[in-house]
Amino acid sequence: MIELEGLTKRYGEKVAVNNLSFTVRPGIVTGFLGPNGAGKSTTMRMILGLDHPTAGDVRIDGKHYQQLKDPLTYIGALLEAKAWHGGRTAYNHLLCLAHSNGIPRSRVREVLDTVGLTAVARKKTKGFSMGMGQRLGIAAALLGDPRILMFDEPVNGLDPEGIHWIRTLMKSLAAQGRTVFVSSHLMSEMALTAEHLVVIGQGRLLADTSMADFIARNSRSYVRVRSPQRERLLDVLHQAGIVAVESGDGVLEVDGGKAEHIGELASQHRITLHELSPQQASLEEAFMQLTAESVEYHAHSETRPEPPRQQQWGEGWKRG
Amino acid sequence: MAVTQVVRSEWTKIRSVASTVWTLSLVVVVTVALGMLISALSKNEFDSMSGPQRAEFDPTFISFAGMSLGQLAMIVFGVLVVSNEYSTGMIRTSLAAVPQRGSFLFSKIAVATGLALLVGLVTSFAAFFLGQAMLGEHRAEIGDPGVLRAVIGGGLYMALIAMFSMGVAAMLRSPMLSLGILMPFFFLISNILGNVDATKKVGRFLPDQAGSKIMQVVTPIDDDTPYGPWGGLGIMGLWVLAALVGGYVLLKKRDA
Repeated sequence: MIELEGLTKRYGEKVAVNNLSFTVRPGIVTGFLGPNGAGKSTTMRMILGLDHPTAGDVRIDGKHYQQLKDPLTYIGALLEAKAWHGGRTAYNHLLCLAHSNGIPRSRVREVLDTVGLTAVARKKTKGFSMGMGQRLGIAAALLGDPRILMFDEPVNGLDPEGIHWIRTLMKSLAAQGRTVFVSSHLMSEMALTAEHLVVIGQGRLLADTSMADFIARNSRSYVRVRSPQRERLLDVLHQAGIVAVESGDGVLEVDGGKAEHIGELASQHRITLHELSPQQASLEEAFMQLTAESVEYHAHSETRPEPPRQQQWGEGWKRG
Repeated sequence: MAVTQVVRSEWTKIRSVASTVWTLSLVVVVTVALGMLISALSKNEFDSMSGPQRAEFDPTFISFAGMSLGQLAMIVFGVLVVSNEYSTGMIRTSLAAVPQRGSFLFSKIAVATGLALLVGLVTSFAAFFLGQAMLGEHRAEIGDPGVLRAVIGGGLYMALIAMFSMGVAAMLRSPMLSLGILMPFFFLISNILGNVDATKKVGRFLPDQAGSKIMQVVTPIDDDTPYGPWGGLGIMGLWVLAALVGGYVLLKKRDA
């Protein structure tokens, strides 16, 4: 279990992480979601005791990171790509870490095998591809067989097969009762792996909820209707007190409407329908909507206009 | 966190990178080769020397002439051992594994210093014996008064140079910045300050000027240095201590 309490990190005037409190529980994959620059990595570094919080507290199984004896056996972390010396072999890199935490040498071979790097174990890591690098980072996280695992953007740079592998791995680790905390800036990625969701924007907590709840609460559902007798249908819907919005191409959108109800109305009035489909706005949209609110709030709360971080992220997302 | 585990980890780190081997090999080769060359040249010059010059002739010290260049390789070794952690991003992995930053830094320094001392002693003895061989009839013997102290002192000097470099690198983090300051300082600035009359009195308290006193056997005539061989090494030790404390305080305080 990871517990954050009022965790805050300030760099001069800039607040990177703002009074963050939440708990990451065992047995499930918890997604840590936020646009780039939201403070996810800073939060993770503070969990590991690498960065000192300006205020607040973070505990691993009730202890501060510094109090953990052989910390790699409590919590394993994949922080960023290539946090190692490129001149060292993959095997030696892991061996250094194993020695420091009293982990037996045999475990090094085991994790290399788990991540599929046995064949290149004696190769210097500077020749590794991004995907191999991620695998080595994951091997280091698994080394101490920890009860808590933390992955910062683990699918970055992985090929589709690698992405599938990491998703399966995270789910199986959680199924073993471990705490799995994984950050991402992609909602779609989280939707596939996470059961619980912590969303931050501008360092502030925006949501701490189950994935199902988040979807229900944040995504807009509507019914798409197309008909050759559009005007008549609009009248009928209007009489029934249903608001329909035209969205071009002769398509009507009915917010929060029930498809069954609209279908029955049309049938009673002998209106031909070409399309009647319930729609769910994508999770990406829901996520965008949520973080966009944090930007608005931010813009109102501060007199000085902040550099449009959020916007940069939005652009990147659209391109991606 | 058992310190032995951390020491073992640091030993694995240091022996598993190529820079350790090439920097330390360079220390031995450069120091010994240059020492032999200068010893051979000094032997030929001896006949043309005046009386007072002959009285100041210090065959032991001459055979250590290569140290001035060899110590640069030792500086590179010390800097790389520490700053590699930062330039590669390994520091975050290392501190996540060993959150006690004092244990981390001082285990690393202890392992590297042990290795530097070993290589320093090998270098010092090799430079002495091969240098004396070059000096022929003007040679000093290991049993002569003060000679063994000078030879062991040469090894200690090398170890202290490595420690000082590690402390500076721990403060500055960047290998380029650390080398950019230490190399010209030890190769040029310190020599200039120590030889120009106006700055001599200050210059001789610099780490390398003070520390190298231990390698002198024959004291030059009208030498007014206010410290002896061990005093000089002690002054160097204080510099090292300051650098290490600085490195530790900054490491402790900083975000990794």
